[in-house]
Amino acid sequence: MWIKHPIPGIDKPALTKFAVLKPYTAVPAGAADDLLFSRWLVSTPLWAWLVFALALSAWPMASYASSTYTMSDAFQALWRWIPFIVTGGFFFNVVISFFAMLIGTVLGVILGLMQISPLWVIRFPAQVITQVFRNSPWLVLLFIVLLALPYEIEFGDTIIRIPDWMKAVFGLCLPIMANISEVVRGAINSVPSGQWEAAESLAYTRQQTLWQIILPQCFKRMIPPWMNWYAILTMATPLCSLLGVEEIITLSRQAIEAENNKPELLVPFYGFALLIFFAYCYPIARATIALERRFAVKL
Amino acid sequence: MSQPAWTEDQPIVSIKDVHKSFGDLEVLKGISMDVMKGEVICIIGPSGSGKSTLIRCVNALNDIQSGSIQVEGQEVNDKALDKLELRKKVGMVFQQYNLFPHKTALENIMMAPIKVLKQDKAEVEKRARSLIEKVRLQGKENAYPGELSGGQQQRVAIARSLAMNPDIMLFDEVTAALDPETVKEVLVTIKDLAEDGMTCMLVTHEMGFAKEIADHIYFTDRGVIVEHGPPATFFEQANDPRTQEFLSQIL
Repeated sequence: MWIKHPIPGIDKPALTKFAVLKPYTAVPAGAADDLLFSRWLVSTPLWAWLVFALALSAWPMASYASSTYTMSDAFQALWRWIPFIVTGGFFFNVVISFFAMLIGTVLGVILGLMQISPLWVIRFPAQVITQVFRNSPWLVLLFIVLLALPYEIEFGDTIIRIPDWMKAVFGLCLPIMANISEVVRGAINSVPSGQWEAAESLAYTRQQTLWQIILPQCFKRMIPPWMNWYAILTMATPLCSLLGVEEIITLSRQAIEAENNKPELLVPFYGFALLIFFAYCYPIARATIALERRFAVKL
Repeated sequence: MSQPAWTEDQPIVSIKDVHKSFGDLEVLKGISMDVMKGEVICIIGPSGSGKSTLIRCVNALNDIQSGSIQVEGQEVNDKALDKLELRKKVGMVFQQYNLFPHKTALENIMMAPIKVLKQDKAEVEKRARSLIEKVRLQGKENAYPGELSGGQQQRVAIARSLAMNPDIMLFDEVTAALDPETVKEVLVTIKDLAEDGMTCMLVTHEMGFAKEIADHIYFTDRGVIVEHGPPATFFEQANDPRTQEFLSQIL
């Protein structure tokens, strides 16, 4: 880990009990629990998922027990298609989530810093943008971006095509940007005002105070909610199948069609998609909660 | 508007008819006082009488509505004031220490001179180590604030302020958050400082200490200075009934 020596009041409990050393959470005021998703994912016992998966597969097994196309045929079909679904499909989900997170984080940090600006002309637009994108349905944003962005751009003679998955990245990075903006704002506001005053009385400028005093104190606390948003974003990437992006759900549907649309295939294929998302997000959720515990200062 | 250059025979801090309101609440209703270089003044009074607000105005942490505060001849109540220049001359120590928890004691002391005054690191470190010694914290250089007791943290905070080589030190109820047994170690540090000739303005509830250390004591109540004088006369011959009542409750 990046912690060389645990700092009391930041990484572990402090000896004294004053405001400066109180634990602070990177939960913006008024917002619901920022880590709700990770907490839910982690708190669900593993056996619950197994029972869930069993119930899902038992129901069609019972329904189609008499049919000639058996579940074992269906699972064999799935087995044949797995390499295609994973390397061609889920790979794209990961790529989209990665780039959407990257762009969303960069924009979100800028927007979050703008939100705490003392200048009204900077602060107000940032607050409006944050609230608008934070409270818009993701699918609506995706469709707006899909329809608003041209599918190719001409620079004189060269024509650059914008692939659908890139549009999906733009669409998904907007809500991420807004939510990261709130994470940053919340984390900065959670640092006691005495820190600002102490720096001010030592003739620090506002910029110096922010970068040298405030942000180093709350940076680590932004990581858990940030990872939480990454897990949520990954879970939201199947929305892109509605835009025709060749991700896991689109490819699963194509594979089922190629296998003559047998209804027995639905549960194995979509169940597999569920499983692979779970396998990807569960460790992230675990790590998020572990980091959150680690950074929470217990007094 | 050019001001006559400040000389040492003039008050280093000159406060004249200062008014300050938070919204509808007027906390300072015409305060005046002069502090000479090397003087130690204590401001006492009941809670909410505007003591802390007054000294926070001296280094422009709070602004004032009317009146004048001059620090070394420089008007503080001035829109064009260079606050950073003012704060390099005026150090401040807070009730809650406000040390930077992510930095060690030594780093807390060294940060501002290096980052703000752009001084040479080696030289600052030398000064910081001698300041650690001065506040009697040898061996705690690499401790984080969270590993120190309240009294130790407060002494680091004093050293941190002193590292900027201020001309004036402001102490805002610096012992109010401390255990009784650690109050003394902080007071001894301030006393050393006063004996070295530092100009100090203290807001305090430690009457015994004020009596011992102060050159001049101001008693404020509800935003005005009710009474002031050197400790000998102030404590023995308080005239105003409000002062008498306050002292009878405290002493």
